This record gives sequence, structure tokens and C-alpha cells, in this order.
Amino acid sequence: MLGLARCILGFSLIIFIANTATASDRKFNLGQIASSEEVAGWDIDVRPDGFGAPIGSGTAFSGEEIYAEVCAACHGDFGEGADRWPPLVGGEGSLASHDPEKTTTSYWPFASTIFDYIYRAMPYGEAQSLSYDETYEIVAYLLYMGDIIEEDFVLSDKNIGEIEMPNKDGFLLPDPRPDIVNTHGNPCMTNCQVSTNIIGKARDIDVTPEDE
Amino acid sequence: MKKNKKKELSTFKKINRRDLIIGASSIGAFSLAPKKLLSEEANPENLPPNLPEWTQYLGDGVDVNPYGMPSEFEGHVIRRNVEWLTASAESSVNFTPLQDLEGIVTPNGLCFERHHGGVSVINPQDFRLMINGLVDREMIFTLDDLKRFPQTNKFYFLECAANGGMEWRGSQLNGCQYTFGMVHNVQYTGVKLSDLILETGLKEKAKWVLAEGSDSSGMTRSIPIEKILDDCIIAWAMNGEALRPEQGYPARLVVPGWEGNMWVKWIRRLEFGDKPYMTREETSKYTDLLTSGKARMFTWVMDAKSVITSPSPEKPILAKGLHQLRGLAWSGRGKIKRVDVSIDGGKNWKTAQLHSPVLSKSLTRFTLPFEWNGEELLLQSRAIDETNYVQPTISELQKIRGVNSIYHNNSIATWLVSKNGKVDNVRLG
Repeated sequence: MLGLARCILGFSLIIFIANTATASDRKFNLGQIASSEEVAGWDIDVRPDGFGAPIGSGTAFSGEEIYAEVCAACHGDFGEGADRWPPLVGGEGSLASHDPEKTTTSYWPFASTIFDYIYRAMPYGEAQSLSYDETYEIVAYLLYMGDIIEEDFVLSDKNIGEIEMPNKDGFLLPDPRPDIVNTHGNPCMTNCQVSTNIIGKARDIDVTPEDE
Repeated sequence: MKKNKKKELSTFKKINRRDLIIGASSIGAFSLAPKKLLSEEANPENLPPNLPEWTQYLGDGVDVNPYGMPSEFEGHVIRRNVEWLTASAESSVNFTPLQDLEGIVTPNGLCFERHHGGVSVINPQDFRLMINGLVDREMIFTLDDLKRFPQTNKFYFLECAANGGMEWRGSQLNGCQYTFGMVHNVQYTGVKLSDLILETGLKEKAKWVLAEGSDSSGMTRSIPIEKILDDCIIAWAMNGEALRPEQGYPARLVVPGWEGNMWVKWIRRLEFGDKPYMTREETSKYTDLLTSGKARMFTWVMDAKSVITSPSPEKPILAKGLHQLRGLAWSGRGKIKRVDVSIDGGKNWKTAQLHSPVLSKSLTRFTLPFEWNGEELLLQSRAIDETNYVQPTISELQKIRGVNSIYHNNSIATWLVSKNGKVDNVRLG
């Protein structure tokens, strides 16, 4: 009962969740205790520090073949993308430009995220069909194409949390909003100094779908 | 004799009309009904002093449509997508037709869709919600279990962080639906996560929750524990009925006021941990790239925003005289306090009427009557929320964030009303 201190006031129940390491009581007696097998089957996430990384390994050298087999049709032989499917590598140095190219190697801050996403969602339409080793191989191949690791580097659950991605320091926290000039709820109401020149029309760009 | 002839004619017409309806529905043309033919011209035979057929003859009985659908004349009120935006319809988005809606409730079938691996089809008997990680007890709940917890019923808007994302560099899409339609507003029924956690207990080190969907994208987002305990819900119903499949049937996460991507659909698991998980969606997507090349991360709240839904590019002005300008406003930080409207591109503003109910983190309806005498107008609306945040112009946002953010464009839009009554999405500068 250290986890939950309860105060009953009339018919209402006010509950405080205290920070203690002691297990709390169940309140409603609903639901079932999950077995470790049940949790293991669904708990597939991998965190930046490597927490959750499944046992396995692979190199870029061995990853080229599986990449060509299950990834290249949409993402290109060298991760350059195809049609509207996104490129996976390239775009280094483009983030501050007019046309930033956000790829796994130019933008993604953590190698763990690449593993986590490929394992849970790829190949598109055949989620969770790759083995752990195949996933490590594909991630290694992408990192190799992005000049982040060597071709024979053995990527594994032991070291995926130590890979330094080029854009690891590219993200800003915390959220600075509201980030605009604060008019304290009293913006200009009359004769406001604003430009009312029309500098662009969506109609002229002509990319709006039309009803059939 | 005259009467008989009239009856013959009417019967003939009636058969034709029925054939037309059956024919249309059998080829699935309902949603593609040509709106101009349906709405532009009245049939003089149905107008006074004549009697229309529906006044004389019986219509359909009960149970013709066991689940009722909108009138056949409303076939233009549909979700629409922009095909060139995405590579595949299973990982894509469509838009709510805000310009055709009234009040604040979005009908379930019109709530915009955003999927990353298509719509999962789940028998509710096969639904399980797993809670694991830094809890006292790792547990699994059925849908029936969830429905036995204390219940909450709340209206909330859900807006995609990329709503208006195509408009950062200029006016690109010519429609209220395409520029503002990644938002909807329904009443959710569900269980508060703060109640669910009473069953599992919580370890002291638990600071973050990974919410995970069971769809083929395995959608995942990290959410701080303070938000989870504040107002997050596992919902199984919207607007009084079960969630629609495309909205996460049988259960989804509701994260009031925060970006729609976090509202994980087809929810299967909540993992409590001591650090954020840095999933694909919160690193490579839903981060806001600035001109410096650095990107803001964890920008969850949806700032105050408003839009004039009529007149709008889809709702031209058809006659001179009195009109009711209509619009919607919302804020992820609380209630809408005020909405101002300008007809001269932001030089002068009038305060619009807010219609009850005005709810926290919900769409709010505003109207303003105006006279139109055929002159050009530059229509704008500006929302102010209860924190006194004022909806910004696009140039205010661009000065701070540049044009590559994609997400969180909550700027004021401008509709140009031309002398012929047509309405265009334009950019002022």
C-alpha cells in the first residue's frame, strides 16, 4: 500500500501516486497478468542506448544481398529511392539548404531507430518478416553506404547503441513555443500596418485535385 | 381525364428516378455524384404552385437503409486526397471536408484518415492491450476489461501536425479542405490512462510511455508520463458508436491537444520506461527543420488556429446581399477565447460570434454576418486562446522557423473573394 495512499472523502476517491519502489495493490481487479512469453513476443522496440536490441549481428558485406532482395525495388540499389519512395542514404550537408534531403544517414540521429523501424514495419506490407540477423545486415549496409561504418564491421545488439550518427546533435530540445511575438491577447484591431499585396495564388500553381 | 394523365406522368417519372438511384449505387457512383447537376438548378415542376412527387407518393419504408446514409444530394461531401503527395494509398492521408460541415462535430465517416500501413481489420475478440516495462505488474486487457473501468466522454480535436504543411512556401492548394482538412473533432468514450495505471502500478523510474499500434507499420510514439496521467484516454467509441476501422477500431490512444501522429490507432501496447524511445516518427518525421539545419524535436502541442470554412475556395459567394461567414477555431492549449475576422487582408478586424459549446482542446464554431456588394475581399480569421496566444501570420512563423518545417503551420490563411464571387487561396506579402 505504500505505492498508493488513498483518502476516502464522502463518495469520492482521491488517489495519490507516490514515488516508491514498493508494488501497489490493484484497484479494480480487471485484466490478466501478462506472462514473460507474451511480453517477449510483442516487446520489439529498440532504444538509442541499445535497450531492447535483440541478440543478433550482421555486416554490410552480408547485407548487400538481402538489401537487393527486399529493399532495392522501392529504395533503389544504392538507397537513392525510386519513384516517390524515399531515398535512404545521401543528402549529407543538405539540411540547411533550400532543399534538405532527410535520409537515415543524413538526418536520423540514432542507429537504433533504423533497426527498430525496419524490423517492425519493413519490407512494406510484410512487417516483422525479417530475422534479427537480416535486420542487422540491412542496417549495416545502410550505415556502410552512408560512410558511417566499414563494410566488414559486425553490427550487433552489443554495439548498436554505440554507433555515432552524423546528425546526432542536430535536434533541439525542449520545444520553445510559443515562439512568436507575444501580444498578450490584444493584437492590432484597426488600421494595422500589414502588406495586402497578393504575391501568390494557389490557382496559378495548379496542383489542386479536381472532382471527376 | 386531366388528373389521370398527370398520374401517369408522375408514375413514369417515379420509375425513372428509382432506376437512376439503383443504377447509381450499383456502380458505386454515390460518392462521385456530379455536384453541379445536383445543386445548381431547381426543377420548376417541383416548385410552387406545383406539387412535387414526394408530396403525393410514398417514399421508402423503414429498414431500406438499416444503417442510414446521407442524402444522395450530399454526395459531394466526402474525404478527398492529393494523390501526388504520397507513394502509396496505404501510407497516405486524406482530408475532412470542413467547408461542408456545421457546428463542431465531425461525422465519423468524414474524419480524415492518415495511415502508415493501411487500415487494420481487427475482430474485437482478438484485441489485447498489453502494458509492460516499469510497472508493478505487466498486464493484458481485453476490450471488455477496458469497458468495465470508470468511463470518460470528452470532445477533442485531432489535428495532424502536417496540416497546412504544403503552404509553408506559398499558397499551393486551392481549397479549405486541402489546406486545413487534416483535423476532426468527435466525442470519445474510453478509459483514462490514469485509471488503467492504478491496475498495473507504476515504478518510480517510469518517465516515458511508448505507445504502439498493432497495424502493419507498428506505429510508435514516446509520450511523457505527465501527459499520460493528465488527460490521455484509451478510446473505443467516437460520436456514440464504435470507432471506425480507419480511426483505429477497436481502440486507439487519445492525446488531447497534441499532434495527431501520437494518437496511436489499433493500439496494442504501452511500455513504461525511463527514457524516450526515439522512434522513427519522432526523429525522422514530426521534427521541425529550421534554416540552421537543426530541427526541433518533441513539438507536441498544436497551437491555436482558425479557418474560414465559408466563403472559401469550395464555397464561392453566389449572390449579393447578406451572408453568414462561418469558420472553426481550435487550440491544443485550452479553450478558444476569441476569433477576429478581417475582410481587408488584416488591416481591420471584427470579433466574430463564438457558438456554444466552447470546449477545451475542441473545435469551436464561429460566425459573422456580412453584406457583399460585389467588391473584392481579402478574408482572414485569427484565433486567440485562453492562454492569450494569438494565431500568427505566415511571415511571423517564417521569420523564426524558415520554410522547411513541414509541421506546425498554424498561420492565418487568406481567401481572396473576386468580383465574380469566386474564392482563391492567396498569399499576401
